[in-house]
Amino acid sequence: MSAITRTEVEHVAKLARLKLTEEEAERYTKDLNAILEFAKKLDELDTSNVEPTSHATDVKNVMREDVNRASLPREEALRNSPEHEEGQLKVPAVFE
Amino acid sequence: MSKFETVIGLEVHAELSTNSKIFCGCPTEFGAPPNTHTCPICLGHPGVLPVPNRQAIEYAMKAALALNCEISQETKFDRKNYFYPDLPKAYQISQFDQPIGKNGWIDIEVNGETKRIRINRLHLEEDAGKLTHSEFGGGTLIDYNRVGVPLVEIVSEADIRSAEEAKAYLEKLKSIIQYTGVSDVKMEQGSLRCDANVSIRPYGQEEFGTKTELKNMNSFRGVQTAIEYEVKRQEEVITGGGTIIQATMRWDEANRKTVVMRTKEEAHDYRYFPDPDLVRLQISDEWLEAVKASIPELPEARQARYVNEYGLSVYDAGVITMAKETADFFDAAVNTGADAKTVANWLTSDLFGYLNANNLELHEVKLTPEGLGEMVKLIEKGTISTKIAKTVFKEMLDTGDAPAKIVEEKGLVQISDVGEIKRIVEEVVAANPQSVEDYKAGKERAIGYLVGQVMKQTKGKANPGMVNELLVEVLGSL
Repeated sequence: MSAITRTEVEHVAKLARLKLTEEEAERYTKDLNAILEFAKKLDELDTSNVEPTSHATDVKNVMREDVNRASLPREEALRNSPEHEEGQLKVPAVFE
Repeated sequence: MSKFETVIGLEVHAELSTNSKIFCGCPTEFGAPPNTHTCPICLGHPGVLPVPNRQAIEYAMKAALALNCEISQETKFDRKNYFYPDLPKAYQISQFDQPIGKNGWIDIEVNGETKRIRINRLHLEEDAGKLTHSEFGGGTLIDYNRVGVPLVEIVSEADIRSAEEAKAYLEKLKSIIQYTGVSDVKMEQGSLRCDANVSIRPYGQEEFGTKTELKNMNSFRGVQTAIEYEVKRQEEVITGGGTIIQATMRWDEANRKTVVMRTKEEAHDYRYFPDPDLVRLQISDEWLEAVKASIPELPEARQARYVNEYGLSVYDAGVITMAKETADFFDAAVNTGADAKTVANWLTSDLFGYLNANNLELHEVKLTPEGLGEMVKLIEKGTISTKIAKTVFKEMLDTGDAPAKIVEEKGLVQISDVGEIKRIVEEVVAANPQSVEDYKAGKERAIGYLVGQVMKQTKGKANPGMVNELLVEVLGSL
């Protein structure tokens, strides 16, 4: 796998709405590369006879029936949000 | 005639009518107070495990089958990553490379011709929350009730060539989905939503032009108007020597124009990957067959049945079967034993005319299908004339009363007694010597005036056929 570039780090940060300082961008580029380097160890395994899969388990078709369960009281649901107004979460304006 | 050909692809989202959300037990019901239908799963709290709703998966299969899609035997859920406050998890659970259904199609009718529109895919996903402006300014408010309501997204191929075709496609799609019963497909409540990808190209050019994506259309008419506007805008840009910039645009209904929301440079990079919390799904032949067997008669089959069994015109049968509600109403009326063609005429002319004129839906009037059927039978038996039936019909729309009751209470029974009609005919003839003379002199239409006089005397209740016959007889004997 090719190394992570500074541009990629900045792109991902932008998608995640994160504002990185110069130092942070530099550090994450280094850290992410170190993580990928570590994961490269897996390349040593011979997987030529292993079917590709999207999941690590063979379990399939786990489903639930279409029944209602109690929802959270509104105060509970809103408790983790710093600001609300009339029972709704309030965030900085996202419309123009 | 424009030099440009319009190319349109539609993405339609339909909310599935399950009781609970797609991955948790919260209710899906529309219109609840904000943030009262959430739980740690749909709010995306750490450590929770979503479990798919079997009914949502079967509904998606049902919709896909009704739209002639192939069903994927192996399917799974993927995470679509984006940071926007309408999703508390910062990703939407959707389907990427293994949608439940693919390669479908529906046939639409435009200007009397049938055209096949291919469907690229139908996949299952969770709905997002609802964002609104704060009335006090300076912020956006979020209601997460809708987060996790199951949706199917139906993506057409770019086979649509006009705004009119787009509307016909939507109407047909809505009709089919409504028949399957998997969604209530109400555009005004947001349970059916449509985005349109629109581009133009010179006739004869194979390559597609640069497209724009239109959002925020709230009615079928809105979709048609927005596309018409956008096509014209693109034509003007190109004719003026400019180029189309790929962008997502919002339809501004109040000002009737499209407005740029974001351009391609800001486009999302969704970084899809399989959701590790949700195990793979395998759709066995047995499961597929069971779902197939649960699909009711679809609009086209029902239309064909009305044509073959009842001798309705293809057009009338199409109009009646477009909405399941109307077709069910028709069936119930015919089940009373009334003549199907007569029932169809009352539906398509009198009833639809009334609904359109008053901007009402069928379920908003008190008329019952049984009442309509009984009324048609009263006409067949000669108890009331078609003319009187119009009065009875109007009364039924307002009160929902049985036609026999209305006829009796209002004294509307048709006079079919030969003696009685003859007596009135003789009176009218005696009182109108001028018309009698005109008639004798060969002015055939003078008889129309005399018929009118008889009807007036009987308050419209005389059997019109008998009045005519007896008038000719009486006049002939003079």
